[in-house]
Amino acid sequence: MPQPVDRRQFMKIAGTSLGIGALFKVSALASPESAHIQRLLGKKNGEAPTPFSFVQLSDTHVGFEGPPNPLGTKAFERAVEMINSLPEAPELVLFTGDLTHDSEKPGEHADRMRLFRKIAGGLRAPLIHYVPGEHDAALDGGALFRDALGDTSYSFDHRGVHFVALDNVSAGKPRVGPAQLDWLRKDLARFPTTAPIVLFTHRPLFDLRPDWEWFTGDGDQVLEAIAPYENVTVLYGHIHREHVHTEGHATHYAARSLIFAFPDPAAGVPKKPLPFDSDKPFQNLGVRAVTEASGHPQVHEVELTLREYSGTVGIQQILKEGESL
Amino acid sequence: MSRFRILGRSVAAMAIVALFAVAGARADEAPRVVTISAKRFEFAPNQLTLKKGETVTLKVTSEDVKHGFFSRQLHIDADLTPGQTVEVPLTPSAAGTFTIICDHFCGAQHGNMKLTVVVE
Repeated sequence: MPQPVDRRQFMKIAGTSLGIGALFKVSALASPESAHIQRLLGKKNGEAPTPFSFVQLSDTHVGFEGPPNPLGTKAFERAVEMINSLPEAPELVLFTGDLTHDSEKPGEHADRMRLFRKIAGGLRAPLIHYVPGEHDAALDGGALFRDALGDTSYSFDHRGVHFVALDNVSAGKPRVGPAQLDWLRKDLARFPTTAPIVLFTHRPLFDLRPDWEWFTGDGDQVLEAIAPYENVTVLYGHIHREHVHTEGHATHYAARSLIFAFPDPAAGVPKKPLPFDSDKPFQNLGVRAVTEASGHPQVHEVELTLREYSGTVGIQQILKEGESL
Repeated sequence: MSRFRILGRSVAAMAIVALFAVAGARADEAPRVVTISAKRFEFAPNQLTLKKGETVTLKVTSEDVKHGFFSRQLHIDADLTPGQTVEVPLTPSAAGTFTIICDHFCGAQHGNMKLTVVVE
């Protein structure tokens, strides 16, 4: 009977400079142990994990207007360009909520969702998946989101990795709810605990800063459901800044926003968007590139700061003629 | 002497009765009630000052849409349905400044809807 193999022994990580950041590629080691684990997982899951890369985007807030970002959708559009210019195109893009900024003017929220889909439609990625944020789905229970993009929670498999989309916004409160929890438990039950799992959602599933509404009321039950699984990565948005948190086997990564950033929750300052810096318009915004292989996902931030857009002259270049900040 | 002694005993007995009466009144006394209204995107009042160990009843009413009334630190988690008053008992066990937020998304400025509780 084969001995258990430490998962770190069947991975190799290499960084590649892309000029605008770095993309880590993870590949399986050419070792008998690595091949053995892949074969085992393939047998159990129906597909052995194989290397690929995917990108997470979050909190585009299409329709937002205000001093924290007078450039509107420019960062989102630039992120699409950046992803399309990657030498090796990602196979999958995940959006982790707050795709749109809510509006109560008749038809305006739907217009914003259409604009979001138009910009996201420019991504040259074979697969794009979404979960809603509260600005997308909390006021109408997810109706607009479902009409435009489909279910608010679901799962799928890609190259031996199981992806789970969880909705913790449509109830109005930060909550997953008993029905979705039951579904999650059943969905995961068919996988061995070694299976690589990526769970993506909008709000943090743990108590990051409850008084800033950075939590999920029944997130502890989600964490309990995923606790037996050894290779779980949770990707989320909502907090508009980077954050890494490990709990049990699961590592939780927050993505930056593509509209404005919030301050460090440990800094003792109020929860207010960081001010816009016209010299560095995309400062603190960004996308997260994630590369997956047979085992554990690795994450690396890709900065969305581009030299040609730095400084006021650069801003003028991307503004329409006659448009002002 | 005996008269004084008797009188003294009576006074003592009266004092004891009076003490029990005061204690009884305190035990039966209803907690202080604080009325709070919730509407987009504010609580009114938006600040409360309480004493550590003091039991109060927060009577919270939403005047417009669904709101939440939540504080992890104060162990409060209530749903506010328009037109219904929710009674939230609160006995702060520690001094400090706490925040109660609306955790039911109610619109674009929802993130600003909060109530500060100062416990002295």
